[in-house]
Amino acid sequence: MIVYILKRVAIAIPTLLLLIIFSFLLMHAAPGGPFTQERELPAQVLANLNAKYGLDQPLWKQITSYIWGIVAHFDFGPSFVYKDRTVNEIIAQGFPVTLTYGGISFLVAVFAGVTLGAVAAVKHNTIIDYFAVGISIGAQVLPNFVMAPILVIVFTLILGWLPGGGWRFSDPSFWIMPVIALSTSYMASIARIMRSSMLEVLNSNHIRTARAKGLPGHRVILRHALKPALLPVISYLGPAFVAMITGSVIVDIYFSTGGIGKAFVDSALNRDYAVMMGVTILVGALTILFNLIVDIVYGWIDPKIRY
Amino acid sequence: MALLDVKDLSVRFDTPEGEIHAVNGVSFSLEKGETLGIVGESGSGKSQLNFALLGLLAKNGHTTGQALFDGKDLLSISERELNKIRANRIAMVFQDPMTSLNPYMRISDQMAEVLMLHKGLSKRAAITESVAMLDAVKIPDARNRVRLYPHEFSGGMRQRVMIAMSLLCHPEILIADEPTTALDVTVQAQIMELLAELQREFGMATILITHDLGVVAGFCERAIVMYGGRIMEEAPVDPLFETPTHPYTRGLLDAIPRVDEDQEALRAIPGNPPNMTGAPKGCPFAPRCALVDERCRVETPALMEFAEGRARACFRSIEEVAA
Amino acid sequence: MVIDSQKMKSLAEATSREDVAGRSLWADARRRFFRNKAAMFGLVLLVFVSLFALLGNSIAQWSNEEIDFSVMGMVAEQGGPSLSNGHYFGTDDLGRDLFARTVQGTQISLAVGIIGSAIAVVVGTIYGATAGYFGGRLDNFMMRAVDILLAIPYMFVLILLLVMYGRSITMLFVGVGLISWLEMSRIVRGQTLTLKGREYIEAARAIGVPAPVIIRRHILPNLIGVVTVFATLLVPNMILTESFISFLGLGVQEPMTSLGALISEGAGTIAYGTLWQLAFPLLFFVLTLFGFFFVGDGLRDALDPKDR
Repeated sequence: MIVYILKRVAIAIPTLLLLIIFSFLLMHAAPGGPFTQERELPAQVLANLNAKYGLDQPLWKQITSYIWGIVAHFDFGPSFVYKDRTVNEIIAQGFPVTLTYGGISFLVAVFAGVTLGAVAAVKHNTIIDYFAVGISIGAQVLPNFVMAPILVIVFTLILGWLPGGGWRFSDPSFWIMPVIALSTSYMASIARIMRSSMLEVLNSNHIRTARAKGLPGHRVILRHALKPALLPVISYLGPAFVAMITGSVIVDIYFSTGGIGKAFVDSALNRDYAVMMGVTILVGALTILFNLIVDIVYGWIDPKIRY
Repeated sequence: MALLDVKDLSVRFDTPEGEIHAVNGVSFSLEKGETLGIVGESGSGKSQLNFALLGLLAKNGHTTGQALFDGKDLLSISERELNKIRANRIAMVFQDPMTSLNPYMRISDQMAEVLMLHKGLSKRAAITESVAMLDAVKIPDARNRVRLYPHEFSGGMRQRVMIAMSLLCHPEILIADEPTTALDVTVQAQIMELLAELQREFGMATILITHDLGVVAGFCERAIVMYGGRIMEEAPVDPLFETPTHPYTRGLLDAIPRVDEDQEALRAIPGNPPNMTGAPKGCPFAPRCALVDERCRVETPALMEFAEGRARACFRSIEEVAA
Repeated sequence: MVIDSQKMKSLAEATSREDVAGRSLWADARRRFFRNKAAMFGLVLLVFVSLFALLGNSIAQWSNEEIDFSVMGMVAEQGGPSLSNGHYFGTDDLGRDLFARTVQGTQISLAVGIIGSAIAVVVGTIYGATAGYFGGRLDNFMMRAVDILLAIPYMFVLILLLVMYGRSITMLFVGVGLISWLEMSRIVRGQTLTLKGREYIEAARAIGVPAPVIIRRHILPNLIGVVTVFATLLVPNMILTESFISFLGLGVQEPMTSLGALISEGAGTIAYGTLWQLAFPLLFFVLTLFGFFFVGDGLRDALDPKDR
């Protein structure tokens, strides 16, 4: 198991470094520097700016000091646009918000999806199954940017139950719509994966053995079928995590929740490369970390891949 | 009274291609401590017949008929009551030990849950007993290996685990569904030897499902030959081998290559196993039978007892078959 | 929307079994496909959406750029769907004909979806077949690279690209195409590995048939089933990606539009009671996604009939 984890870590670290180098080179190769504006800056000012941000250094030196800053001090450097703010400050402002509603959405998607899929499979070819399949097929064409306006129409404009946007940590009524908008289509995907894998497992020989043991139906499912049926769901969690982080950008824009998605889009519109790179690398690091956890959980469930 | 009395049992499956008649009106009985072989090629319905007894058919399967065990009809009692019988009084060993054990659970957990469920043992006591049973099926170093996962055992060892697991509650009936098919030839012999030994030791009645007549000859007292979901012939093993009374049994016996005779070629039964879709008509073996006539294709011969413990389902006389 | 990798694996197995390969596989699959009600429904949707995209402009009374000054400024009151003034779907916030704009949005979305998927087919198949066929260290290296690329939050990188290198539809195609082939290459590699172990291919290698010929003659034909299904299911995913970017305002630029951009505009104005501005683009968006999804799913079930 330890060897397995170490192997995974050994892949994760170079991936992260590559991501950092890749985004840095992208920025470096972009037409026009970060200070290209409509009004040309005087040469002296530009030179000073470049010196201040270390852009006059040779490329390899820029990269190494950037990486060193991130790895050693968790420092993404200063913002290119807001002169007094660092990338860290900008990210730190939005991150707790994203983490809160993103985390809740993720849990909702996983638990609701797994339950829906498992129940549908156990009640295969019954009304319950058709209903669950209907929901999961319908919901997958409702990505966050479609769900968000629909929710606002229903719950804010028509029913007037929920605030149409904004964020308060103290008031969960601000959390509900972001969570539903973000989790619906992934809940549907997880339900579909869970259903088909559960059906496959329920038809497998070892389930027949478990039934031949005289175990009651629910124990057969919980003890013998659930674990193997979850494996495909677990492999999907990595991509789902990425997709949900990406979707948080929409939520931040549409509901004005003020998470890191907002920081990202603001910086995209301002051409604030430093913040964009910071967010991209942070999201990449989270993804890699998350995939690492997923791999470990997978190895923990499936005894065959512990070596 | 017989330990198990199966009367007119049929199994059907609903599929998009139509209804499959896997087992058609099968009746037989099993005495206490008896060893019964059920022989037939794949698709003859022999496995489905036994799955039906323990309620293990796939979801689209239905049964009709009766299977009396201890005064109860296994086919109509509730799932709850059936669960008290499964593994506890009637246990099953499956064909493929590779996939029939749960790959995600330790052997100890898989075995212990049977004893905890039926005998109410504590986990610790259940594991101790499981280790003793693994010793009985001659798994070396059982005390330590009980904690392993199935994939850490070889095929033969896995089947030993399966057998140990099925015997935990000392069942009255053991159904072994092709227990050696998935194994190497040398391992097959070991497993059959082990089964015979355990059968003598525990004295449970055993139904051995197989396509291998040699295995039946070595293990069973009595045998049933099935084809197309029907019983073709039923007899004690010795007379069955000496004087088969059904063309199908005869074909099976002729198909066994023999070293003591100078044979030019393998004598296989021509044709393919029947398509089981739709309601059957006539004798299922008719399309492949050398002695077929018009009546065989239209009417289905009933299984008739013609001597003590011997029955056959064929319109042709015993002499015609023997010739 | 997710493409279930387990089902794809099962499909790959089903289409590479020797006993079912050949003509009867396709004949059976066609029969099953045309009997599948959901798939037929999907096909009807796709035909409808395609006809709308192709012929819509000849029905439209207005062009997509023209501003109807008679409704401008009073869109909420007079810009609703109406047959009499020729705005079948109403007008957008500026007074432009929403019907014509939806036609154009559907065209762009379909184009992005199909081209993105086509890139995936070409790049993914070549990459995956190469890795799978040659195996060993090359395979290891190539697939590790795919693993790494899959761990990158591509949407962020794509937005980074669009911001740094300027927005254009070409950039959008490049960006969408860049990521779409990764999963495809994995699936193709997996099946190539299975096929490589088949006896007839080992025999061909043994008598010295060159690798490109084996790949073209024996491997590629066996990949058609999996690749077709995956490509069909990939189209709605590509449309979703494009719509996502357009929703953020980083996709195609005015006066061009896409369904995502129209949904974004419609979603931005719902508070003013102009619901049709969201409803029509959303309807076509959903119909398109459903169409591809049902057809792709139906194709898969036809090629790999299993009860689920």
